[in-house]
Amino acid sequence: MESSNKYIITFIIIMTVIAAVALAGMREITMSASTKNEEIFNKRSILLTVNEYLGEGLSVADLSDDQVLKMFKEQVEQVVINQKGEVVPNILAEKIDLAVEKKKAESERLLPLFVFKNDKEKFYILSVRGSGLWDEIWGNIAVKSDLNTIAGVTFDHKGETPGLGAEIKDNPSFPGQFVGKQMFKDGEVAILVRKGGSQDKMYEVDGISGATITGDGVSEMLQRGISYYLPYFETIQN
Amino acid sequence: MAEILDKVKTEEEKSTFFGPKERRLLIDPLMDNNPVTVQILGVCSSLAITSLVYPSIVMAISVTLVTAFSNYFTSLVREYIPKQVRMIVQLVIIATLVTIVELALKALNFPIWKQLSVYIGLIITNCIVMGRLEAYAMANKPWRSFLDGIGNGLGYGAILVIVAIIREILGKGTLFAGSPVEIKIIGPNTTYLIDTTTSNLFGWYANNNLMVLPAAALFIIGILIWIHRTINPKLVDIS
Repeated sequence: MESSNKYIITFIIIMTVIAAVALAGMREITMSASTKNEEIFNKRSILLTVNEYLGEGLSVADLSDDQVLKMFKEQVEQVVINQKGEVVPNILAEKIDLAVEKKKAESERLLPLFVFKNDKEKFYILSVRGSGLWDEIWGNIAVKSDLNTIAGVTFDHKGETPGLGAEIKDNPSFPGQFVGKQMFKDGEVAILVRKGGSQDKMYEVDGISGATITGDGVSEMLQRGISYYLPYFETIQN
Repeated sequence: MAEILDKVKTEEEKSTFFGPKERRLLIDPLMDNNPVTVQILGVCSSLAITSLVYPSIVMAISVTLVTAFSNYFTSLVREYIPKQVRMIVQLVIIATLVTIVELALKALNFPIWKQLSVYIGLIITNCIVMGRLEAYAMANKPWRSFLDGIGNGLGYGAILVIVAIIREILGKGTLFAGSPVEIKIIGPNTTYLIDTTTSNLFGWYANNNLMVLPAAALFIIGILIWIHRTINPKLVDIS
């Protein structure tokens, strides 16, 4: 049975309206929960860089969602800086999306900086973003208050090969290597992922075999990303 | 396929809520008419997301919900769907349901949503969903179509989970990694997992990286098809 054009158009319009209402309704219902989930997810990955220093017997994995939010509110100061090293007022670092900043001209990019304080020490947590083999990679780096020694890092990726490039996130021994390394040598970023094994233990970590391009991507991301923070570090050091 | 459809038509009159006919709709796709190993549908996502068991289970549930409800809604309106735009109507129904499932997952379990990433959206293109709409829901009553959707979703999910169990144990030595109940099965204890139940079974075992790559899923599915056909010679095409 062939239907008339009028019938088809009416049918399609009614169907589209029902689908649109269902989707819009669903989005409204889930919006607040998913925004909160995303926020907690990001905050967990930032806190994970200073996992060792959270406090006696605490670990990000064991914290409940509310504890994460509370800790972030009480112990983390959020700073946004520009490329000249000046603090940009009235904006929270968690609102800065590096994926968006990457599309801007280099001189206009804003940088998020999280300052974590525990009873004794202060840590600066930087965010970096770059490219791996297949797609984007990003990470957070916690630096001790000497602004040189790395306290911890986390990496994540969009589509690196499982078992190879994806190990930057999946295998904790890769980010674990960064702990205690120095970032700067003579005022330049020296931290590096070295294919075939690190040579200068102060500044280099071992690459993952089979993941050379991802490793080079991590190096490039760190060198470029950290150097953006240099002007700010110089100002606070003086 | 055709003979099942014929039988459905002859038995259409004596429709029951959950008789033997309905039971077969659920059980058939699990064994004799499995969407992955017999109909060879939905292989793409079976390769992509079966490296860990936990995401596979979430994926299986999502696909089951989508096949069941898209079958149900399509069957409800099957007599009103204009023939010329049949496929478009089916696609809109599937796409709407997939988006609803994705939004719900994002709100309920964000980390797993992040892990499954594009594959939740790609349920839209999973051949099982549209295949069932065309083959079953367009010609049958809503309740039976719903059961058919559940059955096919579970048939797909069963293969997904079997492949994922094999791949995760051999590839990472763990089970349910990423979920609250993750356990270490074989291989030496590493700092790999945050919460490991100590086990030194096969301490010499080194994780097989091939199992983590999608290619391994293809071998495993191939072997499963082989085993399935050996057990059930009816499936072998002798012509």
